Amino acid sequence: MSRVRIPPVLRESVDGARELTASGETVQQVLDDLFGRYPALQERLTEDGSLSRFVNIYVNDRDVRFREGLGTPVAEDDTVILLPAMAGG
Amino acid sequence: MTTRTQPSVREVGVDDAVRLAREGYTILDVREKAEWDDGHIAGARHVPLGELAQRAGEVLPDLDTPILVHCLSGARSARAAGWLAQAGYGDVVNLRAHLGEWRARGGPWEEPPPVLSEEQRRRYARQILIPELGMEGQRRLLDAKVLLIGAGGLGSPAAMYLAASGVGTIGLVDDDVVELSNLQRQILHTTDRIGVPKTESARQSINALNPDTNVVQHGERLSDENVERLIEPYDIVVDGTDNFDTRYVLNDAAVKLRKPVVHGSIYRWDGHVTTFVPFEGPCYRCMHPTQPPPELAPACSVAGVLGVLPGIVGLLQANEVFKLALGVGEPLVGRLLMFDAMGTRFDEVRVWRDPGCPACGEGAQL
Repeated sequence: MSRVRIPPVLRESVDGARELTASGETVQQVLDDLFGRYPALQERLTEDGSLSRFVNIYVNDRDVRFREGLGTPVAEDDTVILLPAMAGG
Repeated sequence: MTTRTQPSVREVGVDDAVRLAREGYTILDVREKAEWDDGHIAGARHVPLGELAQRAGEVLPDLDTPILVHCLSGARSARAAGWLAQAGYGDVVNLRAHLGEWRARGGPWEEPPPVLSEEQRRRYARQILIPELGMEGQRRLLDAKVLLIGAGGLGSPAAMYLAASGVGTIGLVDDDVVELSNLQRQILHTTDRIGVPKTESARQSINALNPDTNVVQHGERLSDENVERLIEPYDIVVDGTDNFDTRYVLNDAAVKLRKPVVHGSIYRWDGHVTTFVPFEGPCYRCMHPTQPPPELAPACSVAGVLGVLPGIVGLLQANEVFKLALGVGEPLVGRLLMFDAMGTRFDEVRVWRDPGCPACGEGAQL
């Protein structure tokens, strides 16, 4: 199981959790696992079935946009970070 | 007293040297640069002994020029004088005396203005002790011009510490006035200044702390129209704005004018810090090509923010400014630092330049 960090703005969609564990060997599978358990999260992060562009996803410290996108492999002990931009100042 | 060491090199004491100088001898100082910088004979030319063979022809093009050579005590200059005589200079005189004696006898002397004034040396004494700073580093801070976008939560701690540490010019862009609800975190402002423009309130706090800080007030809102004019005169920009539109506007202008931007953003218990140096690392659009919908990116005024959070994040931004201004250390270029106040945890992810970035990528359109 990998660990998934949930940013503050998305915590309402996952019953307030700051971190979740999820199964899956790719980013897509990890998200599918989470979306199955938390439909509200899916609603927040997807548009017409695909992941919205405003959320960055990192596996460990690497942005999956610069790896294999949603096909980027996720290993057992990896940390997946979901990260939308924050505006406040 | 005049003695002869070689056929063509005379050695003189101070009194004769002062007279020769008055008669029009060209004075050549062969000390090292640091010695020269501390003060030198007025009107002298300077070539360190080690560079003399290379540069004599350029500094003293005419072999008939009468030359008075000196160093600190006369030893290095004796070697220089001997070399010059052999190189064909016809009238070379060595000053065989300590330079202190020259000054004591009223020989013309000039000193460059000190790098730091006496008061500055005392004010910044604890910082000057740091090897990476020293007097030169402190001078660089005093010469630095830093623009803060927003004199609010992030701008407050950044402005106060940058001013305290001697950043010479601080520009502030903000068109708001101080409100009671700001004071839980915006330490630039005070209760008795509610209703006062934030830039003016900030100036008062900054100058109370450091009267030497040149505070430039820009009482306007950053926009497409004014962004280039505002950031152009500054070396470093600190982004403490509170909305995406302004962040993108700032980013695009900063990339265009090649100004580094130290980014900070906050939400309740969480903060982000990174440093964008155009074309060396990613820009804001590389990191966040698309902004979230408003419901997922509420401003502090809607979502709330912990009082100390902008304090911590704003100071991390100030720390980045120092490193950029001094040219030391490893700024957060290509790294996004995330601070979680609830867990007291720092995490970091890498941020890449996006070759397709509309602001800084190949074939950028903006």
